Amino acid sequence: MRVALFVTCLADLMRPNVAFAALKLLKLAGCTVEVPETQTCCGQPAYNSGDRATALTLARKVIDEFEGYEYVVLPSGSCAGMIRAHYEELCKDDPALLARAKKLAACTYELTDFLVNVAKLESVPGDFAGSITYHDSCSGLRELGIKQQPRQLLGKMGQVEIKEMSEAETCCGFGGTFSLKFGDISTKLADNKCENACATGADAIVGGDLGCLLNIEGRLRRKGDRKTQVLHVAEVLAGKLD
Amino acid sequence: MEIHSNDFKARAREALANPNLQKALKLVQVKFVPGRAAAAAEFGDFEALRDAGRDIRNRALENLDLWLERFEQEAIRRGARVHWARDAAEANAIIVGIAQANGVKKVVKSKSMVSEECGLNDALEAAGVTPVETDLGEYILQINDHEPPSHIVAPVIHKTRDEVSDLFHAKHGKPRTEDIGALCREAREILRPHFLSADMGISGANFLVAETGSTVIVTNEGNGRLCTTVPRIHVALTGIEKVVPTLEDLSVLLRLLPRSATGQPITNYVSMNTGVAGSGDSDGPEQFHIVLLDNGRSRVLGSELKEMLRCIRCGACMNHCPVYQAVGGHAYGWVYPGPMGSVLTPSYAGMEHAHELPHTATGCGQCSAVCPVRIPLPELMRKEREMQVEAGLRPWQERLSLKLWGWSASQSWLYGIGTAIAARFLKRLGGADKLIHRLPLGGGWTDGRDFPAPAGKTFRELYRARKNLH
Ligand code: SF4
Repeated sequence: MRVALFVTCLADLMRPNVAFAALKLLKLAGCTVEVPETQTCCGQPAYNSGDRATALTLARKVIDEFEGYEYVVLPSGSCAGMIRAHYEELCKDDPALLARAKKLAACTYELTDFLVNVAKLESVPGDFAGSITYHDSCSGLRELGIKQQPRQLLGKMGQVEIKEMSEAETCCGFGGTFSLKFGDISTKLADNKCENACATGADAIVGGDLGCLLNIEGRLRRKGDRKTQVLHVAEVLAGKLD
Repeated sequence: MEIHSNDFKARAREALANPNLQKALKLVQVKFVPGRAAAAAEFGDFEALRDAGRDIRNRALENLDLWLERFEQEAIRRGARVHWARDAAEANAIIVGIAQANGVKKVVKSKSMVSEECGLNDALEAAGVTPVETDLGEYILQINDHEPPSHIVAPVIHKTRDEVSDLFHAKHGKPRTEDIGALCREAREILRPHFLSADMGISGANFLVAETGSTVIVTNEGNGRLCTTVPRIHVALTGIEKVVPTLEDLSVLLRLLPRSATGQPITNYVSMNTGVAGSGDSDGPEQFHIVLLDNGRSRVLGSELKEMLRCIRCGACMNHCPVYQAVGGHAYGWVYPGPMGSVLTPSYAGMEHAHELPHTATGCGQCSAVCPVRIPLPELMRKEREMQVEAGLRPWQERLSLKLWGWSASQSWLYGIGTAIAARFLKRLGGADKLIHRLPLGGGWTDGRDFPAPAGKTFRELYRARKNLH
């Protein structure tokens, strides 16, 4: 399987290890992985801010860079959701581009979804030992149906116990630029999420979207919790990176 | 109703700091959210019902003019009078005119959000007509210095029982009680004589049925029925979008509405008002006026936001909205709060008066996941943001930074340099504990949260280095 890894702009800047972890997992699943060098961002921040022209420029660039691969995989439900659920609307006024966008959408996957449903990864190398509570990020959950996939993969790890938090499907308050524009509301929602997560007593809060994880970790640390780890599911699954 | 939607930020801040409000809002999560979930699960194929509801509303809206004409004909045939109001001022003038022509001094009202939209009570009072709100929630708001509602189904959800007890004690002059039954009795004792002495009753309408010319109201208190049948004149005020073709269609929506709103399979009362009292009828109004309000709705119908008109006002979108749950309805500054209000308010009241609202959501999608008529609310809010960008309504700093960022992200090499610098800069800001406590230009984030600092090099740099090694 020839797979292109879309690193996502947030992982590129904030946590390269998420992308390296994804790379490791995809290779273990038997894929030939390429990382198109010129990639930047899927355009979601512009799209959600109403700047359609900028979003379209970036979508065009993504389509140019990623079409032609058998699969495109992203360690993010929200960026994968952007391509799968929104490129079609974004490109609707340009029939030629629209056709390409639809084709790209059809072969684009969020990482855990791809590992479970396409690559059918058998065993995972991660060595995390302890309890985990999983935050279901909104776009992944509601646009792509990512719910069981990460849990299934984590379940393959012998020493991991999953402790479900209440309101696991409720937004953590990140919402991209919302977290800056409406900081106090965003913080309040992050607070609710942290409370629910910490109430499980889990050693780590794990999720599939870096934006949510930065938000949750940021709130936890501000409240003085230095103990609870906040990890991307790819990092947990991949274990040690060389 | 006066609009304060552009003060959303300040109002939300107050709301977050108001312990009574925070306590009261818990009810939304404790009652409405699980209520809706249980009702949907118990129904069986609720998803198919939602599809049917969406299709019915779409069918009505596709030929809205024809269904409205049919409705008008059928209503007139049964003795009602139908009035068309272009905007709030016209609707108020029509209703005040009806009151004055009939020497009406007092009206009893059942809950109507459209009357809030119009500011009808103020118009009536200015004309010397006393409106008495008879829905318990609306009554509480009215005696509390005409406080606006904060929810479209549960208008007084923002108040705790304690606060209502204090209010009743202060206004009714009776011994203070916290017993809900006793509080209801107190209100009932005051309201009963009003029903009997009012010359006119005003209601809204959840639906208009084209084939019978009926207005339908869905309520849990008996007040709606009293308002529409006891006084000699009944005025129903509602929006033009509320029409559905047939009774069969209505039956589908009646299954959807209460389950989505309160988790009830059906409300205590479902009243269909059809025509005036006939000669053999023991009750019913002598005059039945139906006032149909446009007030921006036909504009929405012709716009990219037209799906919003499917709304059946169940309130599920706000009940499930994490932002609404955190700040309540008053923060939104007008009649319609939560996701549906964030779409509707700019359309009805003018984008310039509500440009904050389309941004007041995280885009989590929980609203559209529960909307009984499948309105893609986050999509519509996003469309409104696009409209703002097109109209140049966004602050220049935001426009500029988006353009700059977009441009650099489209120039791969430049982007690589920019992110490499940013990664180092952020790492340095993070210091020893790798947490940024104060982010330049990012106070919105760091006022309440730290910002985890990056490792210092981008993936692109690290990957390239690694590839060169091998
Ligand atoms: S938008 Fe949908 S969920 Fe919200 S009030 Fe209207 S019908 Fe109910």
